[in-house]
Amino acid sequence: MNGMTLIVKTATRLVLGFIIVFGAATVLYGHLTPGGGFAGGVMLACGFILIVLAFGKKRALEVIRDPAIWDSIGTIGIIIFGLFLIGFIGNFTIGVWLGRGVPLRLISGGTVLWSNIIIGIKVMAILFAVFFELAVFRLSADEYKER
Amino acid sequence: MLILYGLLIFMILGAVVAIETKDLLSSVISVGVMGMALAIIFLILGAPDLAIVQVAVEVVMLILLIRLIVDREDVTIAHRYRYAEVFATSAGILFCGAFIVLAAFAFRCMTPFGEPLMTVSRQYLADGFRLTNIANLVAAILLDFRAYDTLGEATVIFTAIVGTFVILRKKGRE
Amino acid sequence: MGPYLLCTVLLLLGLYGVVAKKNLVKIVIGTIIIEYGVNLMLILNGYRFGGTAPIVTDAARASQETASFVDPLPQALILTAIVIGLGTTSLIISICLRLYEKYGTFDILQIRRLRG
Repeated sequence: MNGMTLIVKTATRLVLGFIIVFGAATVLYGHLTPGGGFAGGVMLACGFILIVLAFGKKRALEVIRDPAIWDSIGTIGIIIFGLFLIGFIGNFTIGVWLGRGVPLRLISGGTVLWSNIIIGIKVMAILFAVFFELAVFRLSADEYKER
Repeated sequence: MLILYGLLIFMILGAVVAIETKDLLSSVISVGVMGMALAIIFLILGAPDLAIVQVAVEVVMLILLIRLIVDREDVTIAHRYRYAEVFATSAGILFCGAFIVLAAFAFRCMTPFGEPLMTVSRQYLADGFRLTNIANLVAAILLDFRAYDTLGEATVIFTAIVGTFVILRKKGRE
Repeated sequence: MGPYLLCTVLLLLGLYGVVAKKNLVKIVIGTIIIEYGVNLMLILNGYRFGGTAPIVTDAARASQETASFVDPLPQALILTAIVIGLGTTSLIISICLRLYEKYGTFDILQIRRLRG
């Protein structure tokens, strides 16, 4: 898979920082504004997919050796998130063991902020791994006809 | 409410185009347009979280679908298995017609549109902000009151992606 | 009852696509349309006339604001369902890629008769 023309590469270099910052902001302020872990994670995955599409397969493979590493990051995320649910024993709400805090501030609401960050990393890792596996490693249609 | 009906009819027309047209690229583009209309419907119905997730997931799904259909030729022989095709089409139309008629009777027993029957949500709305101090009530339900459902969802997605890896494995196949 | 009937028509169009088409890509598109219809049906069930999105903006008057919110419980459940739908669609697409490599066509009647 080749990269794209010079216009697309220049536009990607300009816009990529904004996409990643907006995705991270949606994850971090997930308990105050609409968004949260899932929406921010999918946005971050789209940002990284844009890099692979614009710059081609060879340059992407130099930086990312093996997509299975991204899947392992997702697995560690699930295990850590499962450990947060220990606080259910004896309470009506789960995240209250970390302290509730002042409402409408950034650090408030117990474990919800840290759960949003972990879920954002997990969703980004999983979606980027599946795109990498499907679109980069398989033969394209031209190579298949030559076989 | 007129916008809601207009967008629903637009989605139905898009679905008809996506299923009936012979060109594969046109049907994939129709599915993409349907997804964007669905995101606007979510915004009208008061669900901004869902609109953001629907748009982003729609983009990734379009990338995977276009990866499937680009440059593939399809040689279909249409005249040999005609009876199977006629039977499947007529059975499909018959079932859909019967289902619509019976559904019109069943919808009279549901609560009318616009007056939801909130038996469990009344307690979430009354106590949610007081117990957890979280402003986004959807995130509070998803990660604090019902966090075990989110853990189950994370496991299901992980299993689906590992299944994709296993099917597309290269070693030991050829 | 109007929006419920239109949403059921959408769901049945997707079901028709799965049952009566013989191109494999059309079957995948039918599955995606069924998933849209199901998500829309549950969100339509939780709408309230004159309601706002369930996000509290003023900490002091929280109990007055929550009297006119739409139902937040279906939104939380459908949020996970949308992302799970992406996972199952990627699984179906990987199976379609494997079938095309083995048989060379997307026609399901021929995939049944040939032997790879």
